[in-house]
Amino acid sequence: MNDMSRTETGVNLTDIKIAARKVQVHYGANHAIKDVDVDINDRMVTAFIGPSGCGKSTFLRCLNRMNDTIPVCRVEGEIRLDGDDIYDRRVDPVQLRAKVGMVFQKPNPFPKSIYDNVAYGPRIHGLTRSRAELDEVVETSLRRAALWGEVKDRLAAPGTGLSGGQQQRLCIARAVATSPEVLLMDEPCSALDPIATAQVEELIDELRSRFAVVIVTHSMQQAARVSQNTAFFHLGNLVEFGETSQVFTNPKDPRTESYITGRIG
Amino acid sequence: MTDAAFPPARPRGGSLLEPDARTLRRNAAEARFRLYGVTAIAIAMIALMILLISILSHGTSAFRQTFLHLPIALDEAVLDPSGTRDPAALRKVTTIGYGRLIDRALGEAIAASGITVEGLGKSDISRMVSRQAAATVRSAVLADPALIGTTQEFRILASSRIDGYMKGRVTQDSAARDSNVSPAQLHLADALRAQGLLGTSFNWRFITDPDASELRPEAAGLGIAILGSAYMMIVVLALSLPIGVAASIYLEEFAPRNRFTDLIEVNISNLAAVPSIVFGILGLAIFINFAGLPQSAPVVGGLVLTLMTLPRIIIPARAAIKAVPPSIRDAALGVGASKMQTVFHHVLPLATPGILTGLIIGLGQALGETAPLLLIGMVAFVRDYPEGLPGGLFDPASALPVQIYNWTQRADPAFAERASGAIIVLLIFLLAMNAAAIVVRRRFERRW
Ligand SMILES: Nc1ncnc2c1ncn2[C@@H]1O[C@H](COP(=O)(O)OP(=O)(O)OP(=O)(O)O)[C@@H](O)[C@H]1O
Ligand SMILES: [Mg+2]
Repeated sequence: MNDMSRTETGVNLTDIKIAARKVQVHYGANHAIKDVDVDINDRMVTAFIGPSGCGKSTFLRCLNRMNDTIPVCRVEGEIRLDGDDIYDRRVDPVQLRAKVGMVFQKPNPFPKSIYDNVAYGPRIHGLTRSRAELDEVVETSLRRAALWGEVKDRLAAPGTGLSGGQQQRLCIARAVATSPEVLLMDEPCSALDPIATAQVEELIDELRSRFAVVIVTHSMQQAARVSQNTAFFHLGNLVEFGETSQVFTNPKDPRTESYITGRIG
Repeated sequence: MTDAAFPPARPRGGSLLEPDARTLRRNAAEARFRLYGVTAIAIAMIALMILLISILSHGTSAFRQTFLHLPIALDEAVLDPSGTRDPAALRKVTTIGYGRLIDRALGEAIAASGITVEGLGKSDISRMVSRQAAATVRSAVLADPALIGTTQEFRILASSRIDGYMKGRVTQDSAARDSNVSPAQLHLADALRAQGLLGTSFNWRFITDPDASELRPEAAGLGIAILGSAYMMIVVLALSLPIGVAASIYLEEFAPRNRFTDLIEVNISNLAAVPSIVFGILGLAIFINFAGLPQSAPVVGGLVLTLMTLPRIIIPARAAIKAVPPSIRDAALGVGASKMQTVFHHVLPLATPGILTGLIIGLGQALGETAPLLLIGMVAFVRDYPEGLPGGLFDPASALPVQIYNWTQRADPAFAERASGAIIVLLIFLLAMNAAAIVVRRRFERRW
């Protein structure tokens, strides 16, 4: 596949964007993430797979500190973005989230127009200087999210009036519009048809040329298709982490093998 | 799994065409519940109709008033014996002097139209005119001394009993038992009406004039009460909207959850349940006795009503903010919006309809509140209009509900009519506020 070949040729494999060490997450008494070490490589796609409730979303939300909004949630350990500990007291999570964008598991467009949904990020971060520039950002973002064709005639319509899959692509466009350095995607394709899924996968592949992408997915095929590295979570533990081709063809842990082959999960 | 050896002849539970017992029971329960609902609504509607009909039937007549239309000769010999038109000298002539001119004019008008008067002395005839009439003519003359010596057409108030007769409140029977009016006066009133000298017309002065004394209900108006209530509402709106919304946002979005904030939360709920008269005592102690603000002033009334309204605004505002789906907050934070941006760009617009609903209910209650205002002296009899804003906030004024309370306390049945009229005015204001709220809410309402 073409994404594999590109990894092997162009990109520096040792370029680590996010390094997580001994990460523990507690929701009150519930120990949701146990001792997880993961490296997210720059300009690569990392897939998180694992059965439902194993902590994929939780760990993903640690990477841009969205867990800060949950009062009972406690994060320990160390997560470094470009060498800086993002849980350091001096780090402003707002600034962090501008760099580490996120697409949520459930589509959550703003109850505003389609245009305003996409334009919101660039506006608050002052990324564009003119209306024309903003229009352009909105258009390219929507194109990348494979939504432009469907909405170009009704940019003023409310984003909440779109179908579930369209809403999810709108959220992808919204996240892409702020040009983050890392994009976290929590099951971005769970509500999409195969055509839109293929388009989003194409987008992920394209994004990877410029930033790091982390994707949570329940589809083994998707993980195999789009990712270079794969992490397998089980009951809050990181069971296996390695190159996608190795994890899928030659898993080291028996649990990984049974999950991939459909025996647990 | 059905056993292949015994295929059921009919589907389990019978045909879909005849509902089973369980379904029938469920449907019956639903029908009963609907019936309860409809009954409850019907009772509420009937109560509302009875209320409205009784208020309207008693109160609408307060907006009409009986007037005498008389040409009055403004005799120089009476009004300005010195002939100098000196304002100080003109002012020396009291309403007694003007009253004489009115009596004379009325006597002449009766004679000129050929009405025969039986069994009525001069004073009986002059009592058919309101005590307010002389003051009306006097202020017209003082405003324009050039009128002296001419004959002018005046529209002067008839006394409240004559007014009552025109509106059906006073009858020949009741007049026979009433020491204030005699059947002969009513006959004369009929005759005057036939001549076009007496008639009822719409009375703007009910809405614009100040209150009047016990003896002249026909002259009493709501002007100062409306102004006082409006001033107080301005104070309440200006204070409780920003404070209430800021407090709600802070408590809901920013405040840490700890014992202290729990305590605040409990106290806000308690304050909303505190009887309003307690706020009146508090206002008396703090704003008048301690801070030294004037009694009967709209500013004090407004402050007291603000204290009372705040918890009633904060509770629904917090509920509205809490009802905004957390996914919207996640979305905003996820694209790198700050807490503040999240709140002001996304949460607040979605919460606005709910906040406005609470605000209008709070303001409506404040507008109709009487008890705390009695305690801070808003019950005083005020004849002088308060000044314009902002100075007028410190002038004595009355308030609509207090005026209503006041009028219902008075003996003359004409005040009962005016109290009902004032209730209509109060209801119109409440309806106008609700309508405004609906309009604003429409503009903010969005689906999500
Ligand atoms: N807000 C929360 N408060 C308390 N517990 C939570 C919260 N969110 C998640 N958890 C718990 O953390 C654990 C991991 O949840 P998480 O959402 O990360 O699973 P997941 O791997 O994303 O599952 P799925 O594939 O179904 O999305 C679960 O046991 C869940 O009950
Ligand atoms: Mg999840």
